[in-house]
Amino acid sequence: MTLSKDEILRYSRHLIVPEVGMEGQLKLKAAKVLLVGAGGLGAPLGLYLAAAGIGRIGLVDFDVVDFTNLQRQVIHFTKDVGRNKIDSAAEKMQALNPNVEIVKHEVALSSENAMEILQDYDLVVDGTDNFPTRYLVNDACVLLGKPNVYGSIFRFEGQATVFAYQGGPCYRCLYPEPPPPGLVPSCAEGGVLGILPGTIGLIQATETVKLILGIGEPLVGRLLLYDALGMRFRELKLRKNPECPICGEHRTITKLIDYHQFCGVPQHVPQEAPKQESKVTEGEIEVTEVKEKLDRGDKFVLIDVREPHEHQICNIPAAKLIPLGEVGRRLDELDPEADIVIHCKSGMRSARACGILKAAGFKHVRNMKGGILAWSDQVDRSVPKY
Amino acid sequence: MPKVLIPTPLRQFTAKQDSVTVPGATVGEVLAALTTEYPDLRKQIFNDEGKLRSFVNVYLNDEDIRYLGKDATPAADADTLSLVPSIAGGAHGERPGGKH
Repeated sequence: MTLSKDEILRYSRHLIVPEVGMEGQLKLKAAKVLLVGAGGLGAPLGLYLAAAGIGRIGLVDFDVVDFTNLQRQVIHFTKDVGRNKIDSAAEKMQALNPNVEIVKHEVALSSENAMEILQDYDLVVDGTDNFPTRYLVNDACVLLGKPNVYGSIFRFEGQATVFAYQGGPCYRCLYPEPPPPGLVPSCAEGGVLGILPGTIGLIQATETVKLILGIGEPLVGRLLLYDALGMRFRELKLRKNPECPICGEHRTITKLIDYHQFCGVPQHVPQEAPKQESKVTEGEIEVTEVKEKLDRGDKFVLIDVREPHEHQICNIPAAKLIPLGEVGRRLDELDPEADIVIHCKSGMRSARACGILKAAGFKHVRNMKGGILAWSDQVDRSVPKY
Repeated sequence: MPKVLIPTPLRQFTAKQDSVTVPGATVGEVLAALTTEYPDLRKQIFNDEGKLRSFVNVYLNDEDIRYLGKDATPAADADTLSLVPSIAGGAHGERPGGKH
């Protein structure tokens, strides 16, 4: 393998660094890196890894670019809204560096396809956004003996490390189990500073390039924590757990498992599923029916369990704001016999609030299906979505 | 008294404070004092049996208490405890229309 005259000029600033040089640049060119997720972390990763001249970059993503992505997923532009992320990302990477081969895996990574997809790559970069895929990527990397360059973000904080490098600690050594759904707020509920995935994604890109070049001290056995507000990096020791079920001495996991079941979350529903497929189930009420109740002047209580800063973005004036975290201790403000309808942004948190009220003996509690987003779609289009 | 660093996802349960100083001579005592002062934090870091949840790691300075003496690990005034829950964010987040 050699570099063309054009490539020598392009990679000039690498070639004149002794630690990279021609030998290093050829290692980058020979490298095959799989990038799982073309979102917040995947955006800077994709651009910089392409620019660096990684020979083959595989992309795994099946999502579509949305307006709410543009605040941080800088590989996607306004004109790309509605396009498949994988096409949008591949196009930018290819335009940045035509020498790089981009392989598109437009699928949801699953227990059925992960081993086959991962086996063709030297190294895997985890830029996913959910626990089932993170455990899946981890387990597949451990089983295949491939390093897993990990990064994760929430609001103003990030974590990064390299798992499963030469038999080193893995994600399960760090966290044996995922949190039950709903206990820890997700990125979706919690939000994220748009710049944060840039910082964490580029730490992952740095580690990826270092591992390929074989230079420096890899982020192995160390969990790097980044706090953007305090502008502090901290490092915690990350040890291999001798009891780890997949990389420990007495391993009990020898093949991929059902990760949705493991994480207690339902399987992703494909996008093409018809919008109106789900019927109003027991304990739910349609937004249109809530509107009719309001218009008729029915006697009922509408409760908004979102956070105060979300209430400021948009609200239904008739609704009483009781953030989910306060519902348990504010029950005395409510009449257990009253007709109660609860809403949030999309219906997840209000479902949990309904559960709390029912457990406390409230008799007539219903969840407003689809939350204020459905209200915006079906009742009042002037209500902004977020 | 040892200092406990509170990560962003848990600050809603500690009156938005990013660090809290509570008494205790061991990690277990510090965490007990912490969750007595901030009861809403209890179910976030302990399970129903009162054991630390497996997705919340506790570090004494830079070492995971699982590899020290767990709850019985001595904690001195100069020590810093960190609660580090697992976070999964990275790619998409929720869209209007309500994916996950």
